[in-house]
Amino acid sequence: MPEPFKLILKNLDEPGFTPDIGCYQRHGGYEALKRALAMPARDLPDGKKLSPQEALREDVKASGLRGRGGAGFSAGLKWSFVDRRSGKPIYLICNADESEPGTFKDRQILHKDPHQLIEGMILSCWANDVKLAYIYIRGEMPVAAKLLNQALKEARAAGFLGKNILGTGYDLEIHVHRGAGAYICGEETGLIESLEGKRAYPRIKPPYFPAVLGLYMCPTIVNNVETLCHVKHIVLMGPTEYAKLGTPNNTGTRIVSLSGDVQKPGYYEIQVGRVTLGELIFDPNFGGGLKPGRTLKAIIPGGSSSKVLKAGEVFKLNRKGADGQMTKVDVSLLDLPYDFDSLQQAGTMSGSSAVIVLDDSRSMVQTLGNLSEFYAHESCGQCTPCREGALWLSKATHRLCNGEGRKADADYLTHIAQNIQGRTICAFGEAAAWPVLSFVKKFRDEFEAQGAADEAAQAKSPGTSSPKSSDPHSAAGSLQTH
Amino acid sequence: MSAPAAPSSTAAPVPAPAAPPVETMTVMVNGKTVQVPKTLPDWQGKPAPTTMLQAAKIAGVDIPHYCYHDKLPIAGNCRMCLVEFGTPMMGPDRKPVLNEDGTPKISRSVLPYEPGTPRGAIACATPISPGMEIYADSKATQQMRESVLESLLINHPLDCTICDQAGECKLQEYSVQHGKADSQFVETKVHKPKAVDLGPRIVLDDERCILCTRCIRFTRDIAGDDALGIVNRGSYNTISAFEPGKFDNNYTLNTVDLCPVGALTSKDFRFKMRVWFLKETKSLCTSCGTGCNITIGSREGVIHRYEPRENDAVNGPWMCDSGRLNYRWVGRADRLKQVLRTSADGTLQPISWNAAIESAALILTQAPQGSVAFVVSARQTNEELFLLKKLATHTGALTDAVPREGEPDRLLVSEDRNPNSNGVRLIGMAFTEFGFNLTKIAEGIAQGRIKTLVVFGEDVTQVGIGPELLTKLDALIVSDILPNATTAAASLLLPGAAHAEKRGTFVNIKGRLQKFQKAVEAPGEARPEWEFLHELVHSLTGHNGYRTIEGLFNQMATEVPAFAGLQWAQVGDTGVTVQI
Repeated sequence: MPEPFKLILKNLDEPGFTPDIGCYQRHGGYEALKRALAMPARDLPDGKKLSPQEALREDVKASGLRGRGGAGFSAGLKWSFVDRRSGKPIYLICNADESEPGTFKDRQILHKDPHQLIEGMILSCWANDVKLAYIYIRGEMPVAAKLLNQALKEARAAGFLGKNILGTGYDLEIHVHRGAGAYICGEETGLIESLEGKRAYPRIKPPYFPAVLGLYMCPTIVNNVETLCHVKHIVLMGPTEYAKLGTPNNTGTRIVSLSGDVQKPGYYEIQVGRVTLGELIFDPNFGGGLKPGRTLKAIIPGGSSSKVLKAGEVFKLNRKGADGQMTKVDVSLLDLPYDFDSLQQAGTMSGSSAVIVLDDSRSMVQTLGNLSEFYAHESCGQCTPCREGALWLSKATHRLCNGEGRKADADYLTHIAQNIQGRTICAFGEAAAWPVLSFVKKFRDEFEAQGAADEAAQAKSPGTSSPKSSDPHSAAGSLQTH
Repeated sequence: MSAPAAPSSTAAPVPAPAAPPVETMTVMVNGKTVQVPKTLPDWQGKPAPTTMLQAAKIAGVDIPHYCYHDKLPIAGNCRMCLVEFGTPMMGPDRKPVLNEDGTPKISRSVLPYEPGTPRGAIACATPISPGMEIYADSKATQQMRESVLESLLINHPLDCTICDQAGECKLQEYSVQHGKADSQFVETKVHKPKAVDLGPRIVLDDERCILCTRCIRFTRDIAGDDALGIVNRGSYNTISAFEPGKFDNNYTLNTVDLCPVGALTSKDFRFKMRVWFLKETKSLCTSCGTGCNITIGSREGVIHRYEPRENDAVNGPWMCDSGRLNYRWVGRADRLKQVLRTSADGTLQPISWNAAIESAALILTQAPQGSVAFVVSARQTNEELFLLKKLATHTGALTDAVPREGEPDRLLVSEDRNPNSNGVRLIGMAFTEFGFNLTKIAEGIAQGRIKTLVVFGEDVTQVGIGPELLTKLDALIVSDILPNATTAAASLLLPGAAHAEKRGTFVNIKGRLQKFQKAVEAPGEARPEWEFLHELVHSLTGHNGYRTIEGLFNQMATEVPAFAGLQWAQVGDTGVTVQI
């Protein structure tokens, strides 16, 4: 029976565990920092020496740690892209703008174990010669911001932050910056713009890759909260031991935010790839099954922007056989290991590891209406396809939700979404398009049936409503207030 | 100023030091191989990696775009310049993979998560790489353009019939090329503020706006005024002024030129004239010594607008609002339209041009050496000043010009508010400091030594030669455009032409000699000064041969050392640099 594996979550839900530094240190807190800062230079087989900072960077690479924010990019590789020869300061930013619908993992750390993040950050900053770092925290988390500031104060008082950390001569300052409530601030270059005091318009890449031209046009590392926490455990366990957690190329643990139509929604830490989607939903250690009398309809596996998976789907996955050869193996939806690569091969992504479960009581049309309204609201509006397309998608799905659909709307929605994905400045274009493309593709019958029913009703009583009559956005004007 | 000040040509070309060979790269655009420089100047003139858009331009292929402007920082937001492209495929040994025929294998850009679908890159911001192939006309590229255009049009009001931009609108232009005849959009359009009073000279229609942010970038990065921004989100994004109604720097009207659609309109020009009726004439702004290049838009003898004309050696693509709006005087009703002479009874009576020239020639011939003075204007053209200089030399006259100064700014407006001060100096009608001789002239008149005063284009009563002094003169020959106290006191009044009514050249504060063309006719009997001055010089000295502006300019170039070697035809539309 698969069990949760508590690495990041080890302490934070233990009775009596408090977010203050005393409690954290009683649980072994800041030992990783002390150990890392006392490390000598590492001798390499070829006679060269690695500075302890370089050694930690190598360890993070060797650990196989992949970003826990959404893209799943190798953290060690990301660090290796940093331009260290520009002579400019290097900044590190912790992306604590957790706002992907369905995702509530980072907020657990921020609220209950802020020092774990701070220790991970100090280690990451030290490894990358960063002297100034920021925690960009979602505006909707005022309590966490307060807790973080308190924790930073404590860390400073204890000599873990500020000038001459632990007597090593290393200086580091960390500031908390609160966002003002926009999803796009989670996009790393939008976040940087926002941190610079500007409107969070994501930057064009090229040329503005954060590793070279990031915050204040200096080399910058942007890492997710959970990712930075893992650095502490890589130091404690060593990269080899850490990499034994999870599965090859999908190492370590992840906190899964499980929500929707399950018995026990919540956050569960698992070894990456050692638990399947089916186990996450049905195992008593996790979701505990669907609601009584319900059947599974769909899973949104990695936050609301990931492509939906339909109950009963079977995927062709690459599997390494005993002989080392790659073969294609049929894997059904519920047997999909929850990791980066399997979900990608299933045509979707593990994203921010937010699993949203939909049972047969849910209308896919209504669900998409909800999602597309979110993306229309959160599009920053900088570039044309997303600015115009996201609202267009929302208006069209709302027509379908409000009895003004057309049979042709399935194609219409696909057409609009296809003209957004891959054509925008940032990945928000995909985030807005993918739910639509996957919902319509996999549940086309539902969309067409809704459209056909609306057309039939229209034919019976023509003139009662025109397709143009519904605009959920402009009528309320609610979107214009932000 | 943002525009690089390097002149494109010089009067006396100095052999340039052997430029280092330009490093080039070979790329393919629509199947055509082109060699392009590895770097090209960015919006500030600094070398930057050559982009796909620039490479395509070199190959003669225009990639459509809205937000990109070569003199503004790149935004990459409109996505109109998305193009499909390919790069040479690299093997595991980092060497190019070759086709059977030995040509490099090209891998076309595709979506990483959907390898069957082409992925475009924005040509405006994507640097080229060796062997890159740009497919600016491919089916995928066309489809991307069509879809971007569709997105831009779904919420656009499509009110071309009453839009001032109609006829010079990029939305219209690209709709013709890439648009579809019918729309599949069945939703309600987004409604946004109309006729927003952004500032004293600018009106904004937010529904027409395509949010390319050219106006924001110009105002922030060129004009240095953080006055414009975007409020709201997504499709409700709206351009707004920080203080409504206070978008009032001296460069706001450039945003109207930059606006690719009809969102920003000029209060001065809106609803006045359909642009396709306007005749465009290359001219210069005369409001200061910078000499911004302009295009005069006129119809049937009436000037309707000035627009900046790009000249990187002078004004780049910009001009100031005060200069742009300084054209109404040309069409004023009280323009001097008649040739007048004081009759025996002391009143001014109309006479013919022939009689006037004869009369002026007589006065100047009979005047004893040293009894004549000339006060000229640095608003006069080089050609006119050259002829006036001949007259002054012939009569041994004391000469001067009137200084005109104001507060300069950091972008274009010069402290010198005369358009041709350097012309006056180079031709020798005044010293470096204007006004030095004005006092002497006033003294000369007061002491009765100076009996004849020739004034061109200035009101000398404003500069120390008051009406009471003017009454002491035997003859006051005046040429001007508008009436003033000096023209009122003239014994011979010769109505002149505004710059928009004639051809000629000016030399700006940096020594740029530039020519301008005639847009409209002068009113009544008014004539370009060089025409009647030529007749006067001929009557007085017998010199002839300057019947055309070209001939006159070329003659001047042989006599004025600073202009040596120049020919009218060689001056071109953007001028040449002369030694000042």
